[in-house]
Amino acid sequence: MTPLVSIEDLRVAFNGVPVLRGVDIALQKGEAVGLVGESGSGKSVTWLAALGLLPRHAQVSGSVRLDGRPILGAPAAELDQVRGGRIAMIFQDPASALNPVLTIRRQLCEALALHRDLQGNAVKAEARRLLDLVGIPDAGRRLEAYPHEFSGGQVQRIMIAMALAGNPDLLIADEPTTALDATIQAQILELLSTVRRELGMAMVLISHDLGVVAENCDRVAVMYAGRIVEQAPSNQLFADPVHPYAQGLIGALPPLDGPRRRLTAIPGTVPDPAHMPGGCAFAPRCALVADACGLAAPTLAPIADDRSVACVRAEVSRRALLGIAAE
Amino acid sequence: MSPPLVEVSAISRTYAMRSGMFGRAAAVHAVDGVSLTIAKGQTLGLVGESGSGKSTTGRIVLGLEPPDSGEVRFDGKPMAAPGTTAWRAQRARMQMIFQDPLGALDRRLPVATQIREPLDIHGLGTPAARDERVRELLRAVELTPAHGARYPGALSGGQRQRIVLARALATKPDFLVCDEPVSALDVSIQAQVVNLLCDLQAQLSLTLLFISHDLRVVRQISNVVAVMYLGRIVEIGSADDLFARPEHPYTQALVSASPAPGRRSAGRILLSGDPPNPAARPTGCAFHPRCPRAIARCAREVPALSAVGGDRQVACHLVTGAATRDAA
Repeated sequence: MTPLVSIEDLRVAFNGVPVLRGVDIALQKGEAVGLVGESGSGKSVTWLAALGLLPRHAQVSGSVRLDGRPILGAPAAELDQVRGGRIAMIFQDPASALNPVLTIRRQLCEALALHRDLQGNAVKAEARRLLDLVGIPDAGRRLEAYPHEFSGGQVQRIMIAMALAGNPDLLIADEPTTALDATIQAQILELLSTVRRELGMAMVLISHDLGVVAENCDRVAVMYAGRIVEQAPSNQLFADPVHPYAQGLIGALPPLDGPRRRLTAIPGTVPDPAHMPGGCAFAPRCALVADACGLAAPTLAPIADDRSVACVRAEVSRRALLGIAAE
Repeated sequence: MSPPLVEVSAISRTYAMRSGMFGRAAAVHAVDGVSLTIAKGQTLGLVGESGSGKSTTGRIVLGLEPPDSGEVRFDGKPMAAPGTTAWRAQRARMQMIFQDPLGALDRRLPVATQIREPLDIHGLGTPAARDERVRELLRAVELTPAHGARYPGALSGGQRQRIVLARALATKPDFLVCDEPVSALDVSIQAQVVNLLCDLQAQLSLTLLFISHDLRVVRQISNVVAVMYLGRIVEIGSADDLFARPEHPYTQALVSASPAPGRRSAGRILLSGDPPNPAARPTGCAFHPRCPRAIARCAREVPALSAVGGDRQVACHLVTGAATRDAA
């Protein structure tokens, strides 16, 4: 089956400094994939590059295919059909993505006019239906309101409505709830999963919050320093992480119940992209580092059905984890 | 239990907020009758969403802002009047760290100079002893003297927060208010700073007021946790017990909203509506418009914080102690 989107060996450099160092990921229709990693790991850049949204001075190479057709470096006219039409994106700070001096109706109708063949009253009716769909009460009247008249959670709902205007096959949600309070975050995540189920839409959820990704995605990819280091179904990744970095991330998360334990912090910090260590980028912080780690950067290799890890010490790391579990 | 270091009794703080240029000033009750005690060497965690008044509470406790009513007592004595010698002596014993370490540091000064500053201001030790103290502080936060010579821009986020922590510890304070100290940090770095805070607290027998919206981090570090909603404490109790068995419907929703790896969202309590506007506080229990269990009485009467057994206190008409706990 042809994947909906497949990215192969995607590389991005800014002014000669590589920030994305060969990313491979594929998405099936209707699938929800999570992308986790710390700031600077390249989660957002991957999708901005794939959609041609990076500034001109970024050097991008590799291949991005939508339904088998290459879209990386495609002409603007073709990309305009893809962006907002086939693939839509929402961001962390919804308020800055809306124009403060235009009504919600104007902005929603603009998106509809661009991507849907609708005329006159049908546009307004559709805008109203979208607002209803994302749970804005009294949608008909609220269409005439301005962005500042809505709360933060409602503005993110409006952004979701705008993203849905083009009937996309894939929604890329880049930290959609990071700026929101916990109870509102739960509402927005619930909305996203309902919408996805109803419309059969695929979703990429980019987040630094492992819990958010675990609960809302079928599959998770962990990124570190511009590469995917582990890819697995959500439940397996959290129950049995293999890459030492993935293990570190999960160990660093304080538990909400059960006995309190000292957090297993990963020592050191993320390497500077301009001075990347030779070999595995995680090696300087890794507890299981061996001589082989400094030789070459490990490639993402399958270790089980639907699971792959980029670590030469994967076997050792896995045994170490099982050993801890057996104690 | 050790004697309380900080006693806060019924503090309130109201701001006047104008809506629009000609709008009438409306009163915003940022903090409304909050009482807390923090025992020596203990950590009190304060959780709540934005606008719940947790930061204002921290500022009042530290004396950065006077309460409109109520009183804060530190080590058995009321807070001295700002600007007096007694106030300065008291302030050296209490310090604060904020969420944004870059905003709290001067970008044009080497960080060692900034760590030294409180020692110069409070005139602690001879100049040579101060330099030694700076090196000692850098070691305490697991940095080297080489880091001290750098400017804030040349340090990572986690390192900057360590510098802020070192500076806060310079005067050997007894009490530290931490306002979202790890919220801006990545998970792996956050764990480093949380572990460091726990270690330093144990070594220096610090008393902490730890303010955060992150329930996990708060549970990790706190002995007692208080949950705030619209300027009031709605529930308070020991950290493990509170998160394991939340009683107040708001705390229950908050705990249930905290995503956990390996747990799908089955049975999640979803609150309807937005967090209310502090300038238009609902009558009765401020939470009642969003509460899934609200009854008529909730809209009329403000529930008082009352003991429900153990060391738990809850402000809810529907939670009345042993009976409900057994039924639940």
